[in-house]
Amino acid sequence: MKISVVRNILEANDRIAEQNREIFNENSVLVINLMSSPGAGKTTLLEKTIDSLKDDIRIGVIEGDIETTRDAERISAKGVPAVQINTKGACHLDGNMIRDTFNEFNFTELDLLVVENVGNLVCPAEFKIGEDFKAMILSVTEGDDKPGKYPLMFHESKVLLVNKIDLLPYVDCSMEKIREDALKINPDIVIFPVSCKTGEGLDAWFTWLKERVKGKKVAL
Amino acid sequence: MHEMSIVQGLIAIIKEEMDKAKATRLISVRVKIGEMAGILPDALNTAFEIITTQNGMDGAVLNIDISPLTGFCRKCKKGFKVIDYRFSCPDCGVSDIEIVSGREMSIVELEVE
Repeated sequence: MKISVVRNILEANDRIAEQNREIFNENSVLVINLMSSPGAGKTTLLEKTIDSLKDDIRIGVIEGDIETTRDAERISAKGVPAVQINTKGACHLDGNMIRDTFNEFNFTELDLLVVENVGNLVCPAEFKIGEDFKAMILSVTEGDDKPGKYPLMFHESKVLLVNKIDLLPYVDCSMEKIREDALKINPDIVIFPVSCKTGEGLDAWFTWLKERVKGKKVAL
Repeated sequence: MHEMSIVQGLIAIIKEEMDKAKATRLISVRVKIGEMAGILPDALNTAFEIITTQNGMDGAVLNIDISPLTGFCRKCKKGFKVIDYRFSCPDCGVSDIEIVSGREMSIVELEVE
């Protein structure tokens, strides 16, 4: 017997993500799903962002890693609430894992929640967690061929931070090629070339992010 | 790497549908996977074999249809095939387009007894 069933395979996750989103919206918390390959600088960008914005914006962080609580410890040291999720092998965070952290936060006391996904340029892009948007980091040491190789991530992200630009003179990586290829895949992507080491370019990111947080408050 | 999670979602749906149909044996399942779904068919097949065996569905066959990446230009009111992941209209160049197919990850049909 044949049964015709058209159902989205990820429907269970999408449903939970939607429930998460409702909770974030009720509390006017802007939620960012931050993604990159391992070592691109997600946690360092977060540290710099917290240092710059924590007097203006109440920030919380969910750290996703396969193992260890190192990242959550780094973020907690900055004086903001941080919860570590260890996926024990899974290559991405999903809606359910995010929901499981809700008891650890008081969302009425947050303006911005950043979810640092597991370092991986493929899988996290497929799993919604209830975020307002996805942001990604590409570091110049990874090479300028990455937008073409991992189009999904670039297509799904609202913002692209190109990190470690202080190293551009030492690596064969063209900022122009990254920009061109990323805009081909996603003509609306917002690009910030930055160096978390020297601080170059970060002010533009901070200003943009503050506007998004403000926008979420006004919208609701 | 996330093909395991995808197959777990798939098996949950299959079980639900088999219960509804009072079926006891899964013969095959057909899924539609978009060209840009971030899924490797080989990895999906491997994950399917492992998880169906764990769930007493040994021997079930997974058929994968790949759906091409296509878009629709809201300005020209015309559909087009997205080539080389260029997400703008090949005729007028605007980016005001919608993706029509190529991002799917859905179950289409089950064959059961």
